[in-house]
Amino acid sequence: MKLAYFAWVRERIGIAEEEVSPPAEVTTVADLLLWLKGRGETFDAALQAPEIIRVAIDHEHVDHAEPIAGAREIAIFPPMTGG
Amino acid sequence: MSEPTMPAPDAASRTIAPIITVSAARIDADAVTAALSGSGTVGALVTFTGYCRDEGGRLKALELEHYPGMAEKQIAKIVQDAARRWPILGAAAIHRHGLIMPGEEIVFVACTSAHRGAAFAAASFLMDFMKTSAPFWKREHLVDGTVGGWVEAKDTDEAAADRWHRL
Repeated sequence: MKLAYFAWVRERIGIAEEEVSPPAEVTTVADLLLWLKGRGETFDAALQAPEIIRVAIDHEHVDHAEPIAGAREIAIFPPMTGG
Repeated sequence: MSEPTMPAPDAASRTIAPIITVSAARIDADAVTAALSGSGTVGALVTFTGYCRDEGGRLKALELEHYPGMAEKQIAKIVQDAARRWPILGAAAIHRHGLIMPGEEIVFVACTSAHRGAAFAAASFLMDFMKTSAPFWKREHLVDGTVGGWVEAKDTDEAAADRWHRL
C-alpha cells in the first residue's frame, strides 16, 4: 500500500510518500502507526504522540480502530489548520 | 482551477451543484457571488472571506500545504452535509494553497437560500468544517527570511465544529 505524509509528519519522517508492506499482524490504523513508529528515529519523532495523528484511507477520514485491509493509499498527518 | 458551475435551478432540490475550487490562484469573490446570485429564487446570499494576517508585522507569508484529491473531495462532502441540513440553493467553497501574502484571501465560502437563516447557518457550518476537516496545513514564513513553525490546531476551532453535532 502507498503511504502519504503531510505537514510536520512529512518533515520529521523526511519523505512525502512510500510503498510499504506491513506484516500480517498489522490490521488496524493504530497497529500501522505503532509499526511505523518502530521503523527508526525519524518515524519515532513524527509519531511520538500517535493519539493526535489523523489518518485518511483512500481520501476518507478514519479513526484509529479502522481496519487497513484493502487500502490503496493511507495518509498520515497532523490536525488540520486550514481556513 | 475548475470553472465555476451554476447552482441547481430547482429550488426544491436538496442536492446542489456547488462551486468547489482548490487552487493557488487569487479568489475572484465578485465572479463567484455573481454566479450564485441573480436568479429569482435566491433571497439571501451570505459570504465569508478569510484573510492572511501579518501578525503584527512578524509574518511575511503563510504557506498552505494540502492533500490534492482529498481536499476537493472533503470540501464537497462538507458542502453536501450543509445542503442536507439547510435548504440552501447554492454554495461555493474555495481554498487556496501555496504561499499567501498578508492581506490576501486564503478561503472563501458563500451560500444562497430563499431566506437568510439557512444561508447564514450553512456558511458558518462550512467554515467550521473547512478549518477542522479539510486537509490543509499552515506554516509561517517570517519577515526575517526564516521559515517558522507549523500553525497549531486550535481547540476553539474544534469546539466550533463540534457544536453542530449537538444541534
